[in-house]
Amino acid sequence: MRKIGIDQLDDMARGAGILGTGGGGDPYVGKLLAREAIRRHGPVTLYDIAEVPADATVVPISGMGAPTVLLEKLPAGTEELAALRALEAVLGRKATHIVPIEVGGVNSMIPIAAAAQAGLPLVDGDAMGRAFPEAQMVLPTLIGVSNTPMALADDKGNTLVVDAISNHWAERLGRAACVQMGCQVSCADTVLRGDQLADGLVPATLTLAEDLGRAVRLARAAHADPVAAATSVLGGVKLFAGKVVDVERRTTGGFARGKALLAGAGSFELSFQNEHLLARRDGGIVATTPDLICVLDTDTGEPVTTEAMRYGLRVTVIGVPCDPRWTSPAGLELAGPRYFGYDCDYRPLPLA
Amino acid sequence: MRIGIDVGGTNTDAALIGDGGEVLATVKSPTTEDVTGGVAAALAGLGATQVSAVMIGTTHFVNALVEAARLEPVAAVRLGLPATAALPPMVDWPERLRKVVEGASYLCHGGHEYDGTPISELDPEELRRVAADIRARGLRSVAISSVFSPVSDSSERRAAEILAAELGQEAHLSLSCEIGRVGLLARENATIVNAALRPLAERAVAAFSQALKVAGIDAPLFLSQNDGTLMDLSRATRYPVATFASGPTNSMRGAAYLSGLTDCAVVDIGGTTSDVGILVGGFPREASGEAMVAEVRTNFRIPDVLSIGIGGGSLVAEDGSVGPRSVGYRLPEEALVFGGGTLTATDLAVAAGHADIGDPSLVAGLDPARPLKLIADRVADAVDRMRTSSDPLPVVLVGGGSILIRELPGFEDVRRPDHYAVANAVGAAIAQVGGEVDRVFSGPRDTVLAEAKAEAVARAERAGAREGSVRIADVEEVPLAYLPGDATRIRVKAVGDLDLEKINA
Repeated sequence: MRKIGIDQLDDMARGAGILGTGGGGDPYVGKLLAREAIRRHGPVTLYDIAEVPADATVVPISGMGAPTVLLEKLPAGTEELAALRALEAVLGRKATHIVPIEVGGVNSMIPIAAAAQAGLPLVDGDAMGRAFPEAQMVLPTLIGVSNTPMALADDKGNTLVVDAISNHWAERLGRAACVQMGCQVSCADTVLRGDQLADGLVPATLTLAEDLGRAVRLARAAHADPVAAATSVLGGVKLFAGKVVDVERRTTGGFARGKALLAGAGSFELSFQNEHLLARRDGGIVATTPDLICVLDTDTGEPVTTEAMRYGLRVTVIGVPCDPRWTSPAGLELAGPRYFGYDCDYRPLPLA
Repeated sequence: MRIGIDVGGTNTDAALIGDGGEVLATVKSPTTEDVTGGVAAALAGLGATQVSAVMIGTTHFVNALVEAARLEPVAAVRLGLPATAALPPMVDWPERLRKVVEGASYLCHGGHEYDGTPISELDPEELRRVAADIRARGLRSVAISSVFSPVSDSSERRAAEILAAELGQEAHLSLSCEIGRVGLLARENATIVNAALRPLAERAVAAFSQALKVAGIDAPLFLSQNDGTLMDLSRATRYPVATFASGPTNSMRGAAYLSGLTDCAVVDIGGTTSDVGILVGGFPREASGEAMVAEVRTNFRIPDVLSIGIGGGSLVAEDGSVGPRSVGYRLPEEALVFGGGTLTATDLAVAAGHADIGDPSLVAGLDPARPLKLIADRVADAVDRMRTSSDPLPVVLVGGGSILIRELPGFEDVRRPDHYAVANAVGAAIAQVGGEVDRVFSGPRDTVLAEAKAEAVARAERAGAREGSVRIADVEEVPLAYLPGDATRIRVKAVGDLDLEKINA
């Protein structure tokens, strides 16, 4: 058990941006929300998974919507608790702990704000170990835990509870409601019992995000290599370093799909949608989702989002093994390359 | 004839440009404490009074923010309730600046969703109560922001009408929809900064006008903006924040003009830094992300500039490395060629015979080859980092420190045009007028793109561009992540020649 205060947020947000693998939304607004909530309500208590009682009611809180909308339409500040209360009313019991559903990007920060406001402790872990675009892409789906009841709350005071026959339907209905509610809502869903956390969460990922952000910051201050520092903390492998020489974007079937070409010692191609999903070196596949493909600014170690990919950037691509449960057949069906429309199978990362 | 003036931190540079576009005279004089003294001296130095326009680029306003001085406290009014209440205005400002600038903050109803539907109805009574409080606090500068005002500006416009009616002529209103782009906190910050600068802008603009009058010049005066286009005085008084990055923009545009190139890299080498930028179609490429100005996160357009610590005054270490420490404006006292005791980059250039400055015999024993090669390598690396394709890229060197460079490894076409030392003033003199659109569009690509382009052209013409001279300078499309449908953020910039008849009409 330890406390998260304002001083930890910068490092944690920087690390969470890297774990966002190009997506997940800029943690900036989330960091400000967490900071203001801690300023008002005090530091948040963070528990390891092993410290949570077996009968605990652990509720993931997250934001759903478009990151660009979040940057413009800032939250009212009531959404997280409204979603939590709506969920509790349906469940007929109170949450005992809050947990992030997604450590990559802005959703690492939203639960910190929620925990501070609710006066509840936070669990150190998340249901993805990275960022994914859809609600059903969580480890709890693999152990038969339902996304629903899923409570959504918007900035205007509307709440909605979705009950669905499957987690894919929960995503579909939740997403449609989110658009109607202004493309930015808070969600409380995918409730876990304390004794389900070991199977339903990737452990200690908030601490990982903080360690990662700190390593990058310290490396920069010491004029050392921040990308090497990040790679080491993540246990990743450097796949390529070079310069972005072409970026192509197009929208097909409602999905923004893009490719970026890198030149360096050889050629490298990144395929991205909301996140970086596929990497080819000299024509051969070297990394695929669900492994993490992290694109970092070579000089600063800052993450480069898919929206910010542009000609001339100097980037280093690192591959980080995902949680092993994602590479099971059921895991790959949920979040492997074929789910995202790529005609190839998952391939493990090359050895470092 | 027109006159361009660049009021920098150290020098005020001026250039007189003939009707055929030729540079007739140039002058450099020290910037004075009151700013206008330097302008008056520069005008006197040029000696021309029969001019059709005077253009000024100035760092005066950005310096006020950096120094947290000469700023007015601001009433920040934000429309968007119940949204946005979690993060009130100025939530992420450095304390030092916030103390000076924050007069009061108000969260009110109004604002829009991403698709233009209202979040809540604007409440005129609520705004009248806000106006009463603003008046009671004695605040005169008001910044108005509204959620998604780049998509729909109606809330900000209506709120401005109500507040103006209540507060009267005394109050200045700054609207975020006229200042920044999508990203509420950053746009609102820029709007608050603008509001804080308005009284200073009025004084500075009046003083510039007075300097012209004293010099016997009766011609319209313009200020240059961040994107290399011009604004007239009434706009400059209302939008001082739009001048923040005009310095590097003007030197890049001047470099383009003097070299005759429109697509090239520009290296502006001053006393302390070398600033590298890229010109595309005659205008600087802009930074894509948000820009920190005096530790305040903003998102107005500024040129994408890479600065490295090499300039004419850079110190040369014993191992031959150069910079980032510099003697700066004390170069004429401290460099070896001027009889000083400090080995500077300028001494290297003189020893190599690149320039005839001071007394070359004082550096006769120096071997400049290796450190000059290191300088060229580092500048070449910076240019390479900024280039946007592998195609051959001409490089134009400007600024007083550009004597340090003769050639750049990896670049075949390296030029230093005539009048290179006052490229910034030339850039101010040749500025055009522009119009820009940046918002989220939904609909078929061809239709929305055509709509955005037509709107940008109309805005340029409204800003004083001659009809028929306006062309599209830049188009950028970014599909929005995690948003179903085909919502796309589109930026279009149009520019045209200044129509003096239209301005004078």
